[in-house]
Amino acid sequence: MSVSRRGFLTGLATGAGMLTAHKANAAGVQQFTGYQGRFGLLHDTTLCVGCRSCEKACKEVNGHPPPDRPIDDKTVFDRHRRITPTEFTVVNRYKPAEGRTPPVYRKHQCMHCNEPCCASVCLVHAFEKTPEGPVLYDPDVCLGCRYCVMACPYHALSYEYDSAFDPKVMRCTMCYPRIKEGKNPGCADACPTGAILFGERDKLITVAKERIRKSPDRYIDHVFGEHEFGGTSWLTLAGVPFKSLELHEGVTHESLPSIGTSYLSVVPLVVTIYPGLLMAFYAFSKRKDKLAQQELEEAVRLALEKADEDTKEKLKQAADKSAKDKEKAINAAVKKALQEAERKAAAEKAAAAATDGADPKETKS
Amino acid sequence: MSEAVQTRGKLFTPFNLIAGVILLVGAGILLLRFTQGLQATTNLTHYYPWGIWIGFDVMSGVALAAGGFVTSSAVYLFGMKEYKPIVRPAILTGFLGYFLVVLGLIVDLGKPWHLPYPFLVQAGPTSALFEVSLCVALYLTTLFVETTPAVFEWLGWKRWRKVVGAMTIALTVFGLILSTLHQSTLGAMYAITPTKLHPLWYSPYIPVHFFVSAVAAGLSMVIVEGMFSHKAFHHQVQISNEQFERINLGLGKAGAVALAIYTAIKLLSLSLDDKWHLLGTSWGAWYLVELVGFVLLPCFLFTVGYRESKVLFVRIAAVITVIGIILNRFNVSFIAFNYDLPSEHRYVPHWMEIWVSVALVTFGVVMFRWIANRMPIMYEHPDWKDEH
Ligand code: SF4
Ligand code: SF4
Ligand code: SF4
Repeated sequence: MSVSRRGFLTGLATGAGMLTAHKANAAGVQQFTGYQGRFGLLHDTTLCVGCRSCEKACKEVNGHPPPDRPIDDKTVFDRHRRITPTEFTVVNRYKPAEGRTPPVYRKHQCMHCNEPCCASVCLVHAFEKTPEGPVLYDPDVCLGCRYCVMACPYHALSYEYDSAFDPKVMRCTMCYPRIKEGKNPGCADACPTGAILFGERDKLITVAKERIRKSPDRYIDHVFGEHEFGGTSWLTLAGVPFKSLELHEGVTHESLPSIGTSYLSVVPLVVTIYPGLLMAFYAFSKRKDKLAQQELEEAVRLALEKADEDTKEKLKQAADKSAKDKEKAINAAVKKALQEAERKAAAEKAAAAATDGADPKETKS
Repeated sequence: MSEAVQTRGKLFTPFNLIAGVILLVGAGILLLRFTQGLQATTNLTHYYPWGIWIGFDVMSGVALAAGGFVTSSAVYLFGMKEYKPIVRPAILTGFLGYFLVVLGLIVDLGKPWHLPYPFLVQAGPTSALFEVSLCVALYLTTLFVETTPAVFEWLGWKRWRKVVGAMTIALTVFGLILSTLHQSTLGAMYAITPTKLHPLWYSPYIPVHFFVSAVAAGLSMVIVEGMFSHKAFHHQVQISNEQFERINLGLGKAGAVALAIYTAIKLLSLSLDDKWHLLGTSWGAWYLVELVGFVLLPCFLFTVGYRESKVLFVRIAAVITVIGIILNRFNVSFIAFNYDLPSEHRYVPHWMEIWVSVALVTFGVVMFRWIANRMPIMYEHPDWKDEH
């Protein structure tokens, strides 16, 4: 019953809501609790010693060139590093917790979000959240707009700026090909201290909570990635505040894509409401013009009417006068015409008399 | 008309020389960019995938080209006939502006030959960028059709001119819808980055900020464009100076209103999310520079200019607003973006990026001159007076 009720409510929602809900489904970014048995990884920073074996393994499984400095060269930690097209994971060193000496290391890589920003912002939908957990990327449709790089909250994406003809977005694949073969991700296998655990995400969360329960002094009481921005496949445990490890803890549990796409619900509203509203405005301004025009015509007519009254008399006089003038002119013309006719007749008579004797034939005819 | 003929006749005017050098070097840079990749010509990083080719060419360009829809809506939909003389230049500016936006985008995209993919191969309708590109594509077409009356009048194609003339209202409504959508959605593109964009600039209402500021920017750009074109094409202009000044004062009044609303929304955002304390930080100081120097100050100048009938004030305010909008888009797209990153990771544009942006603007000016020198843009064609 509850299901149908929910469906009913969804159905009742405005066209706007429906459209976005539909869209959100299409890119798999709507709120959902996740696929059963989905995989995840847990990085326990309290166990991480900064040996960078994971970095080395990651480079190997992805066929990247080996690092230019030996993997145990600790000077790399002097600089803060980030993910690049040939380094899908990097380990950074952070200040130790207060009162403790060993520094903290955190491994950076794509978190494989439950509701990935990268997937939601891509205008060709190049990212896909797989049922197994990894978020996959399809370079064949990618435009290279890099909106995904800009939107990812974990700085997990990089771009091949040096390629002119086939640049791609690059980042950790969660070793999808290996998972498919039933193997563990390269980094998880390589970690000598067991700081990286691979398994079903739900079980990893239980493990993480168990560790916190057993050693409350060792851990901050929070599994990062369980809920952050809708949750991630990679989970992190730490003994120092997550913020000091560049993880924005507690900003929101709401998925970023749902924040990002909420505005899009305005689109159908604008598209449906605007034309009517604007045509109304147009009709209104047109009518205003028309009324103004009518008013003008009316005023002109009234003015003319008034002018009529005033000038009727004058006009009549003028008309009378012109009538009289006309009569005079006609009389004169008639008189002139008559005189003309008389003159003509006389002339003809004279001519006839002159030709009578000369050409009798002609006169006869 | 004689001056136009002369400038057309002479090839080596100072303007042509400077523009030619800018465009030639720009073409060289583009050759480098398309053969060696973005790295050769830009300072883009994995932290800053978007630089000034997005922040200026696209974000600012779209906002500044808003004058087309603002003026055509005012004249054709809201019946403000007195602004009719500026509609054509504004629409032409809008069309060229959007054309440059698309050019800028093509330069910036990693694989520009995939540009039609969102519409032909695979759509990503949850993306704000998908909506923006759809709207921009449709609006560019709309603006193109809205520019054709001048072309048809120039060519003397009366039938076609009548056809597009009859479509004016529909086109204007369509343009207003598309503009409302994509101007605000450009802001919505940043709604997904609450952890990266500084909270003073980030707001859930950033789409509204973008829309209102775009209206102010579009109006100001119409004033600025008029400042130049009215002088450059004075032999073509039919309206009297008084009439032109009245139009500018009216635009100034509208600009003041738009900026006042913008200020109110910005302050409201600060209050709603309780961000006042952030004003005390150094980011706050920078934010105040933008808000006071480039929003409140021009708002004040617009108001004074309108009240006192001082066109100079309106013009100064317009220039400040235009710079302010660019500053705002820069702040949002890279200055206040990734604000918590250490300074060594920050983005500073490469000189070639700046050059290409300047070259695009130059290209726009050259095209405007070419068209306005030939077609009835600054004046009404005698056969089509008082028509749409
Ligand atoms: S961490 Fe970034 S790149 Fe990885 S899935 Fe999440 S949003 Fe996408
Ligand atoms: S760069 Fe490619 S994958 Fe990333 S958002 Fe753009 S089109 Fe999508
Ligand atoms: S899961 Fe695979 S791709 Fe990702 S960091 Fe580990 S080894 Fe590298």
